[in-house]
Amino acid sequence: MNSNWILILGAGSDIAIATAHKYAQSGYSIYLCSRNIEELRKEAKDIEIRYEVNTEVLYFDALDYKSHQKFYNNLPVKPKGVLLAFGLLGEQKVQQEEFELAKLVIDTNYVSAVSILEIISQSFEKTKSGFIIGISSVAGDRGRSSNYIYGSSKAGLSTYLEGLQHRLFKSNVHVLIVKPGFVATKMTASMNLPSLLTARPDEVSSAIYEGIRKKKNVIYVKSVWFFIMALIKNTPKFIFKKTSL
Amino acid sequence: MVNKKKMKLSGWGRYPKLILDLINIKNEKHLKIIIPSIGNFITRGNGRSYGDSSLSSICVSNIKNNKILEFNNKTGVIRCESGILLSEIIEIFVPRGWFLKVTPGTKLITVGGAIASDVHGKNHHKDGCFSTSLIEIRLMLSDGSIVNCSQQKNKELFLATCGGMGLTGVILEATFSLKSILSQNIKQTTIKTKNLHQTFDAFEKYADATYSVAWIDCLSKGDTIGRSLLMTGEFSDDGDLEYSSKKAVSVPFNFPSIVLNYFSVKLFNALYYFKAKQGVSHQNVGLDSFFFPLDYIDSWNRIYGRNGFVQYQFILPKKESLEGLTKILEKISDMGLGSFLAVLKLYGKENENYLSFPMEGYSLALDFKIQKGLFDFLKELDQIVLEYNGRIYLAKDSRVSKSVFEKGYSNINQFREFRKSQGMKEKFTSLQSERLGL
Repeated sequence: MNSNWILILGAGSDIAIATAHKYAQSGYSIYLCSRNIEELRKEAKDIEIRYEVNTEVLYFDALDYKSHQKFYNNLPVKPKGVLLAFGLLGEQKVQQEEFELAKLVIDTNYVSAVSILEIISQSFEKTKSGFIIGISSVAGDRGRSSNYIYGSSKAGLSTYLEGLQHRLFKSNVHVLIVKPGFVATKMTASMNLPSLLTARPDEVSSAIYEGIRKKKNVIYVKSVWFFIMALIKNTPKFIFKKTSL
Repeated sequence: MVNKKKMKLSGWGRYPKLILDLINIKNEKHLKIIIPSIGNFITRGNGRSYGDSSLSSICVSNIKNNKILEFNNKTGVIRCESGILLSEIIEIFVPRGWFLKVTPGTKLITVGGAIASDVHGKNHHKDGCFSTSLIEIRLMLSDGSIVNCSQQKNKELFLATCGGMGLTGVILEATFSLKSILSQNIKQTTIKTKNLHQTFDAFEKYADATYSVAWIDCLSKGDTIGRSLLMTGEFSDDGDLEYSSKKAVSVPFNFPSIVLNYFSVKLFNALYYFKAKQGVSHQNVGLDSFFFPLDYIDSWNRIYGRNGFVQYQFILPKKESLEGLTKILEKISDMGLGSFLAVLKLYGKENENYLSFPMEGYSLALDFKIQKGLFDFLKELDQIVLEYNGRIYLAKDSRVSKSVFEKGYSNINQFREFRKSQGMKEKFTSLQSERLGL
């Protein structure tokens, strides 16, 4: 089959799986990549049966930067698009006390992303085609006491993706920054999220698919988040400091 | 780690409602780890059983585990996780020429739920219950061990699990076969009858039809008692497999309870009956409108208002059906507590499963808005059902008494003893199982 492939990095996440379904539905073949291959094999088989497309499950360790170049070189067919979906949330309080845990969040969310996306960007730049979807977060829009370590790593990612957007525009490569807001996923299963502000993974994946189709630069999945974050970003510092967000 | 969510849930009838802890299972391993420590619970699928079968102070939801694990495109055998909805299977496989061997009147149920209620459809008289299409079930027992069961292997467990309302374990996966179809269209025949006698005759006359069901006007009296529209159907062979699920319209809010009253229901029933052509007529319809007419209206359960409703479904043995049904229909039209979704069907042979509902005879299903006097009235109906050796369908029930229930099911003691001997009784409990001492 001569279909296009999408490379999904961090394919264990609910958003990643939902996006894989969305792209498979429109005929894409799917690379599902993460450290947990066993679970992914079931997902891959399910996608193959449902949409009659090809899938491949590959081991990918975001934190093993040295392996990234080889990982990409070994892909039998180079993908048309990439979804960067890995990320680590953790607990802010613990991260404040243990630097190693804070570093793990920063390394996963930011450093790994830079490592693998630089390799992919080079390749896309040469072929002058492709798209890159980065899952960032509204938490990166303004630092807040409740999650600024995660938030700052996502801020770094957003700024990095913005730069890529700028650079790759000339090469006809589209970069989409996704800021999902609250999403009902495994990562947030223990939180009590307000339902009006919380998207389902399939809403995120539909928004992503449309965002790529319409060549958007940044999407907030539930548009209410755009306004919430506009409010949060624009609250004067002397007031903001007194809040407990 | 166990992530519990406090929620107020109910079955499809929106009665009763219970504040409970809902636990979403990530996968089999996750369930195995938490099962010893979470106390007694019931597994919940898509929440489409009507009453209290899927309510317990702790509910475990397997709905996120909906993967298809294997499909053989020569034999139509599918293996999937239990959280998959029938609607997903239909959307994927109808365009490839496959359909469910047995489907109930809604496609918005999980495969796990279809097994637990051993659901049946318009072809029961020909093809039996959902369990007929089952090849194997993979189940987690109360101690976290995983076993497969089928007609050949661990048969007792299989018989207790099909129709066992989730009370034997957590159904993880199922293997079953689909049937081959040549079209997504149904050649439908509608037979309009003037009374119950004629309705019964029509069922007998059309016994060879693959699918048959009757809508019955339960508010008509006297000579016209039991007047019906019997609808039969066969899959067409026109080769049209282009199926896409109709987008549902929605009931956006609870209807005020006054909307459904004796007169509006009577008017609806009369119009619906008179709209159909006299005698026998033929139509060509899509499978969604033939099998799942109500799925087209999202949240149709809201039309009964915020207090919810009861769907009362019973079955009587064939030879006692005419007398028993006449008696019950008279009672209903006298009370004026009619419903406009009354469904009558002739069933085929009973299966071996301990708690499966169907037996050879006529079943009637009626919706009643929860209102003053309803429960006393239903108790009176229960007595008629028992008098004619009938039984009540657990998947619809929220109120039947233990003594009425157990008289209808002759294998009840086997089921109870099996549950006790396997340590299932302490682990898997629902409001319904406690009420009925299952």
